[in-house]
Amino acid sequence: MTLSERAPEPNEPAVVVEDLRMRYGDKQAVDGLSLGVDRGTITAVLGPNGAGKTTTLETCEGYRRPQQGRVRVLGLDPQEQRRELLPRIGVMLQNGGAWSGVRAVEMLRHVASLHAHPLPVPMLVERLGLGSSGRTPYRRLSGGQQQRLALAMAVVGRPELVFVDEPTAGMDPQARHTTWELLDELRSDGVTIVLTTHYMDEAERLADQVHVIDQGRLIASGSPVDLTRGGATSTIRLVVTEPFPPTAPASLQTTLGESTTVQPISAHSLLITGPADPGTLAKVSAWCDEQGVLPESLTLGQRTLEDVFLEITGRELAV
Amino acid sequence: MSTSPTTGTAGATGTFAPRPGAAPLHRMVVAQARMETRLLLRNGEQLLLALVIPLIVLVGGIAAADHVGLKFSHSPVDTLTPGVLALAVMSTSFTSLAIATGFERRYGVLKRLGASPLPRSGLLAGKVGALLVVEVLQLVVIGAVALLLGWSPTLTAVGVLSAVAAVLLGTAAFASLGLFVAGALRAEATLAAANLIYLLLLAGGAVVFPVDSYGPAGGLLSLLPSAALGTAMRTAFLHGGFAAGAFLVLAAWTAVGTLLTARTFQWE
Repeated sequence: MTLSERAPEPNEPAVVVEDLRMRYGDKQAVDGLSLGVDRGTITAVLGPNGAGKTTTLETCEGYRRPQQGRVRVLGLDPQEQRRELLPRIGVMLQNGGAWSGVRAVEMLRHVASLHAHPLPVPMLVERLGLGSSGRTPYRRLSGGQQQRLALAMAVVGRPELVFVDEPTAGMDPQARHTTWELLDELRSDGVTIVLTTHYMDEAERLADQVHVIDQGRLIASGSPVDLTRGGATSTIRLVVTEPFPPTAPASLQTTLGESTTVQPISAHSLLITGPADPGTLAKVSAWCDEQGVLPESLTLGQRTLEDVFLEITGRELAV
Repeated sequence: MSTSPTTGTAGATGTFAPRPGAAPLHRMVVAQARMETRLLLRNGEQLLLALVIPLIVLVGGIAAADHVGLKFSHSPVDTLTPGVLALAVMSTSFTSLAIATGFERRYGVLKRLGASPLPRSGLLAGKVGALLVVEVLQLVVIGAVALLLGWSPTLTAVGVLSAVAAVLLGTAAFASLGLFVAGALRAEATLAAANLIYLLLLAGGAVVFPVDSYGPAGGLLSLLPSAALGTAMRTAFLHGGFAAGAFLVLAAWTAVGTLLTARTFQWE
C-alpha cells in the first residue's frame, strides 16, 4: 500500500487553518489567520518573535483549542480526534520535553517504544551526532544537543507530518547543517514538514512554501523564489560609519531616479532595490562623497525574504 | 480507516518513509512504568526518602521505646514495623510522586508526552506501575530489616489480604493527593510542600505510632490518610484483621484527591 492510498484524500492539504483567532488577555496572538500546507512539502511559517507562530503550531498539535476558526490536520480535528491524530504526527517543542536526569539515547528509546514501527534508534543517534552525548543526563546537554534530541524524538515514530518549532535556534553552523540535511531527507522520503523560524536563510534554504506572518496575520505566501522575485531582482545595501542625516533617503532617491527604491533600515544603513549596475554604484559613491558620509560596506545581492519582510511591514525581521 | 500499511512497497522505500502507528497500549504502559521506575531509583534523594528515613524511624523508634519505656500493647518492633511500612508507601506515593510530577511539568515532559501516542490514562497507569514496583522493593527491604530485629507479624489470610489492599488503596489516596499538589503548584513549591507535609505527617500523623498514643487528639487524627494507612497496616499485621473504618477514610481521601486533581491539574 502506498502513502497516497493510505491518505483519505490524497490531494487534501496536510494542514488547513481557516480564520484562526486566539486571544490571551489583551494580546491578540493570532488574528484571522488562514493558511494551508501541501503534503510532501516543507512549509516554513516565518515571522518575528511574538508573531503568533508557536500559538498556531500548538493549535495544530492539539495543545490549544481554537477560540475562533477551524484547524484540520491530516483531515482530522486536533481536539476531537486527538487520539487518532497523535500517532501520525511528530512534534518538536521549542524547548524541554525530557526528564532532567534522563540520558539522550534512553529518552529517544523511550519515545520509540511508544510507536508501532519506530526508526532504528542507533541510526538516528548517529545521523544527528548524538552518539557522544548518549550517556549524558539531559540537563547537561548543550542547547544544540537538546534540540537535536527533540528533533529525533519528533521523527522516531515515522510520522506522516512533523511540526518543528524553531528547529535550529541558537545552533552552531555545523549542527544547523546536520538538521537541515535531515529535514531535506525526510521530505524526499515523503514526510510533510511544517517549521516555524525567524531565520530567513533557513526558510530560503529549506522551504517549498513560505507563509510570512506578522502580528497574528498572514502577510505573504509563496515559494521563496516567488516571494523574492518581485519587480527588481537586485539590491544594494549601504552601511555607513556615522548616522545619516534624516533627509538622506529622499536625497539618494532623487539622485538615483525612478528605477530604484531607497528604504531606510537603520540610522546607519539603507536598502536600495533596483538595477545594481555600475552606473547605479557610481551614483551611490558620488552621493556619499557629496553628503560627506563614509561607506563602511556596500553589498550587492539578490532580494532576500528579509527584504520582502521589510518592504511589507516596514520593520526588520531581526529578533 | 486503516493506518497500518504493509512493508516494502512502492512509495515507502526511503529510510524515513512514513509508517506511523501507536504501540499497543499495554506496551506503552509497561515502557512508561519502566522508565519512571528507573528515574525514581536513579535519584539519590528519593532513596533517602524511600528507605533511609523509614529505616532510621524503625531502628530509632525501637531504641527510643526501650530507652524511654514507651508502653505498647505489643513489642516495639511488632507495633512500629507496620507503621514504618505505611510510612514507606506514603513517601513514595505522595512525596516522590509529587516532586517527580512537579518537575515533569516544569521541564515540559508532560507536554511532550501529551503529543505522543501514550494517552493520559496510560501515563497515569505507568506512574502507578512505577510506584508499585518501588513500593515492593521498599517493603521487601524494610520487612527484612524488621525480621532481623525480631518482628513476628500475625500472618492470617485476612491480614495479608488487608495489608495488600491497604497498600493499594493507600497508594491511590496519597498518589491522588500528590498529583493534586504537583498539578497546582510550581515545581519548587511542590518540592517544599511535599517534603513539609511528609514530615508533618511523620511527626504528628499517627502513621508510625498508633492513634491511641496521641491521647485525646487521636480520634481526630484517625481521619488523616496517614493514620488510616498506619491503622490498616497495624490491624493487618498485629491482629491479622481488617480495619474497615481506616479503609473508608482512605477511600474518602482517594475520592477527594481524584476530584481535586481532575479539577485543577495544569499540564504545563
